[in-house]
Amino acid sequence: MSHAEKDSFGAKLGMWLFLFTEMLLFGGVFILYSVYLTRYPKEFGLGGHQLDLVFGATNTVVLLTSSLFAAMSVTAIKRGAKQLTLGLLSGTIGCALIFLFIKYLEWSAKFHHGIYPNSPKLIAGPPGESIFFSLYYLTTGLHGIHVIIGGILMTWTAVMVQKGMLNSADNVTLENVTLYWHLVDLVWIFIFPLYYLIL
Amino acid sequence: MSQDTAMAQGGFWRDTRRSGIGSWIFSTDHKRIGMMYLYCVLSFFLVGVVLGFLIRLELIAPGPTIVTAQTYNALFTVHGVVMIFLFIIPGIPASFGNLVLPIQLGARDVAFPRVNLLSWWLYAIGAVIVLVSLFTGGGAPDTGWTFYVPFSARTSTNVSLAVFGVFVLGFSSILTGINFITTIHRMRAPGMTWTRIPLFTWSLYATAWVQVLATPIIAITLLLVVTERILGLGLFDPNRGGDPVMYQHMFWIYSHPAVYIMILPGMGVISDIIPVFSRKPIFGYKMIAFSSLAIAAAGSAVWGHHMYTSGMSDLGVLVFSFLTFIVAIPSAIKVFNWVSTMYKGSISLEAPMLFALSFILLFSIGGLSGLILGAAATDIHVHDTHFVVGHFRYVMFGGTGFAFFAAAHYWLPKYYGRRYKEKPAIVGWILMFVGFNVMYFTMQVLGMEGMPRRYYDYLPEFTRLNVVATVGSWILVAGIVIVVWNLWRGLFRGEPFTGNPWGGATLEWSIATPPPTENFDEDPVVTHGPYEFKGAGIP
Ligand code: HEM
Ligand SMILES: [Cu+2]
Repeated sequence: MSHAEKDSFGAKLGMWLFLFTEMLLFGGVFILYSVYLTRYPKEFGLGGHQLDLVFGATNTVVLLTSSLFAAMSVTAIKRGAKQLTLGLLSGTIGCALIFLFIKYLEWSAKFHHGIYPNSPKLIAGPPGESIFFSLYYLTTGLHGIHVIIGGILMTWTAVMVQKGMLNSADNVTLENVTLYWHLVDLVWIFIFPLYYLIL
Repeated sequence: MSQDTAMAQGGFWRDTRRSGIGSWIFSTDHKRIGMMYLYCVLSFFLVGVVLGFLIRLELIAPGPTIVTAQTYNALFTVHGVVMIFLFIIPGIPASFGNLVLPIQLGARDVAFPRVNLLSWWLYAIGAVIVLVSLFTGGGAPDTGWTFYVPFSARTSTNVSLAVFGVFVLGFSSILTGINFITTIHRMRAPGMTWTRIPLFTWSLYATAWVQVLATPIIAITLLLVVTERILGLGLFDPNRGGDPVMYQHMFWIYSHPAVYIMILPGMGVISDIIPVFSRKPIFGYKMIAFSSLAIAAAGSAVWGHHMYTSGMSDLGVLVFSFLTFIVAIPSAIKVFNWVSTMYKGSISLEAPMLFALSFILLFSIGGLSGLILGAAATDIHVHDTHFVVGHFRYVMFGGTGFAFFAAAHYWLPKYYGRRYKEKPAIVGWILMFVGFNVMYFTMQVLGMEGMPRRYYDYLPEFTRLNVVATVGSWILVAGIVIVVWNLWRGLFRGEPFTGNPWGGATLEWSIATPPPTENFDEDPVVTHGPYEFKGAGIP
């Protein structure tokens, strides 16, 4: 296989490699998490209890739904159902917005209680607690950035679908963006139990 | 370069839809991208050389000589950052890799030409950010290229911006790695089986995996430094319950594998050059190919040997020391195979070969000194002394640096259609080789005697050897100037270079000189291995 025709297998291979690097990026934070968890198990437990389980759980459901929409959009475009594809993609993007909005509510509530990086309250508290919240903001912040990037990519693919540049014959871009979205979802599936459900 | 000279050269130089600078910075042709990398990388190398020259000059005598202590700290930091992140990591893979890899595989381009262009842009943007960080904010970073916390979290110099620049550079490196892996898996010409892939490309394959798997860790680590500085997260701050040694772990989990990003492509260059100039097939092709992968794999598990003195557990030290010795095995296999290839070969000592031979010697010295560092007992004695500096100059400059010049003398005439003059090349090489050893060997002795690294001042009894090392740096720089000037002049105005004068059997020697935009007029079908000179039907 050398060139000329489009190599969609190659494109997906490249995407998978890229997703690997993203997992490793988050892996770095998770390494820190595991080291500090063994050092401060009690404080991490207490910190976890202060996070809002309802917000977290809702967001988990929202993201899982969005992933489902995204997966269905791939099937839809392969069948040539353009309108359905667009609808499903809008669904995904809508979920992304809801997710970010809930995250915003959650963060501002925390800020309101004086819990934010380097806040006087955290500095005064036990060291493990401030580490927990630093990691919390770091991980969810990084994840949030990925949600935003994913949302932008989704919007861009939706425009391409609308213009007919992605269609039943040529849709590897949509597939790749969907893969990216699944990664964003997957990372959250780790974040949720590690931070919200701990102990 | 003047447009006319480029035009006269034909091939991919001429053939273009756009014209002027746009035909370069927006080109998705892997050869043009490779050329742009080459020019950038070489310019940064020269910048780095000037900075290194100044550092050595400052050290010619104890006490203040030419700069203040703060400037000295900035000098060695910027020197390190430029040499590591702007020269040696992208050096061979991004420039020669882009120039040569697709052709060696029989492909018309890499798998993702536009991503390739994006990588170059990211490299250029990252480099600009790093350069801007030198002159803005609180001034050039003064942390050393490792950005160790807590100092990097506290210093008022422009660390955040520099670190962000390095982050962008890392992204560029990841994309190049992904591109090369995909290209090698998907774009090989018919008949190009895995055991017919030229060893240079093989080494880039192993390198690309390291790029993809290790770089994200440095990316997150550097982001952590930035957040530490801007938001005060305290993750590495012992007062807040953080642990600075965690930074070192994360930094070296990347940076030790990164030394293989630096050296593996160099080894690949040597594996391609030695057989051609010995007129013999390479000895132990498979061993060399797989030892690249072995180095990449084993090299990912030895980062702790940079931290013997930072308070790891004794067991940790023992394990890391043991693993470190294991990495030496595949490296030694390669050296053994190169030497065996030359045995009874008809060796022609032209410039590429001279650089390749000096690579073997210098890399061996560097590797052996690595073993001294790898054994915890001896490392504790020489850790953070000039011995370490000498060690990694031997592997990185003596290794990769010389391989870079070997590659330049070997491949560039192919891409320009003109060649440099042989005599100045050899004179330059001699000066480089002599100056290099005078300088770095002396530094290793200094380290053994206890001279610490990164110190602005030293005890008077070290003066004599420091003078020797500084004089060595002058000889070295003279050699570099001659070599670069000779290449530059020769490639634009030298004798025409056509056909296959070196007699290589890899695919790049079977196409026109300089290569046409599409590389191959007709898609090649590969029928023989890369070092079967007789079967290749090549004069
Ligand atoms: C057999 C192979 C090698 C061994 C056993 C080895 C071992 C070591 C050890 C133990 C250190 C840490 C010394 C200390 O800080 O006290 C070190 C430093 C270093 N090595 Fe190697 N090394 C090897 C090959 C290489 C190669 C191939 C490269 C690069 C191309 C390299 C680049 C470096 C660098 C950059 C440092 C210094 C980092 C710093 O602290 O700034 N080494 N080596
Ligand atoms: Cu190392």
